[in-house]
Amino acid sequence: MKNNMLFIVIFLLSSNVGFTHKNDFAKLESQFSSKEIIPIYNFDSLEHLLYTNANKTFIVNFWAMWCGPCIKELPLFQEYEKNNPNAEVLLVSLDFVEDIETKLKPFLKLKGITSKVVLLDDPDANVWINKIDSNWSGAIPFTIIFNNKSRSYHEGAFKDYIDLENKINNTINK
Amino acid sequence: MKKNNLVVAIIILVASLSLPVNAIAQEKKGPPPNGERKGPPPGKHSPEQTETLKDMKGYTIGDTATDFKLRNVDSAFFSLSDIKDAKGYIIVFTCNECPFAKMYEDRLIALHNEYAPKGYSVIAINTNVTGGNEKESFEAMQKRAAEKKLPYVYLEDKGQKIFPQYGALRTPHVFLLDKDLVVQYIGTIDDNAKSAQDVKVKYVESAIQALESGEKPDPNFTKAIGCPVKIN
Repeated sequence: MKNNMLFIVIFLLSSNVGFTHKNDFAKLESQFSSKEIIPIYNFDSLEHLLYTNANKTFIVNFWAMWCGPCIKELPLFQEYEKNNPNAEVLLVSLDFVEDIETKLKPFLKLKGITSKVVLLDDPDANVWINKIDSNWSGAIPFTIIFNNKSRSYHEGAFKDYIDLENKINNTINK
Repeated sequence: MKKNNLVVAIIILVASLSLPVNAIAQEKKGPPPNGERKGPPPGKHSPEQTETLKDMKGYTIGDTATDFKLRNVDSAFFSLSDIKDAKGYIIVFTCNECPFAKMYEDRLIALHNEYAPKGYSVIAINTNVTGGNEKESFEAMQKRAAEKKLPYVYLEDKGQKIFPQYGALRTPHVFLLDKDLVVQYIGTIDDNAKSAQDVKVKYVESAIQALESGEKPDPNFTKAIGCPVKIN
C-alpha cells in the first residue's frame, strides 16, 4: 500500500517534469526558426560555409554594423537573392557577440534584412584573413562569390546592383 | 526491497529534472563533425580580384616613408622632424568612430607612455577627417584628444594626401618607421582587438624591441579587421 502510494506520487511528479520540458521545447522551437538565431562561429567552424560542391551560386559577404559602406550595400544582396531564388547569400557579421540581442537583431529587423546571418567571433584575424584570401587587407566589406567551379574575391563595396550582378555573372560564367 | 524501489524512483526523478535545456543562449558551433578542413576545390580556378592589396599602392617594408606637415589637435602644424632624438616613429592611421580604432586607444596611450621616452613616439593620423562629418571633424578630434588626454599627437590628414602614400587601408593601421624613416613594420597592434587582456602577441612592441636589438621585426607584416578608410 505504502509502495503504491510512493510510486503514484513519484510517477505524478516525473510526468509533471516531463510536461514542463515539453512546454519549454515548444517555446524554444519557435525561437529556433532560422531567422531568429544568429549562430556564432570561429573561423575553423565557419570555413566549410565558404566552399561548395554544388553547382549553385553562393555570395558570402563580410560586414559589420559599424561599417558604413557595408550597411549601404546590404540591400543589394537582398535584391539579388530575391531575383535569383537559386542563389544563396550569407552575411557574415564581424560585430560583437555581446551586441547580438541588443543591437544586431534589432538592426536586421529595422533594415528588413532576411538573408542568412552568422557571426564570426575569432580574434586572431591576422591568421584567418589570409586563409580566406591572401590579397585581402582585412578591410570590410569583403565578398566571396563562388560555386563548385569558380571563385572570385571582392574587397570594397559594390557600386550598385548592376555592378554586383556583373561581377557575379563574370565569375559564374567563366 | 522497498528501499531499493524508492531509491530507483528518486534517481529517475532527479535524472529527469537535471536534463539541461539551455537552448535560449546563442549556440556556439564547434568545428564540423568530420574534422576535415575543406580547402579550395581541386582543379583549376583563378579567382578574380578587384581592388585588393595587390593593386593598392603604398609602402612595403624597406621603403623610405615621407615626412609631412599636418595640423595637430593643438592647432599647430607637426612634422616627424619635430621630434628630437627620435629612434623610430609609430605612425597609426586611425579615426574617431571606428570601434576597432576606439578599442586600441588605451593601448596606444600605454605604448606611447612607455616608448616615447625611449625614442619611439606614437603619431596618430585621422584618415577620415572631413568638413562634413561631424563625428570625424577636426573639432571632434580635438574633443576626443581632450577626453582621453591623449599624450600623443593626433593629426588631421587634410585633403587625404598622406595615408594613400603610406597605403593605409583600414583603421587602425600601423606603420613603424626607424630613425631614417624606413618602414620596418606594417600592420596591427596586437593579436586581439576586442580584448586587451587576452592578447598573446604584441606585434608593434615586439617590432620596436627588434629594432632596439639591431634586428629586423618578425613578423614585419600583419593584417586585421578594421573600418575601411573613406576616400572623400
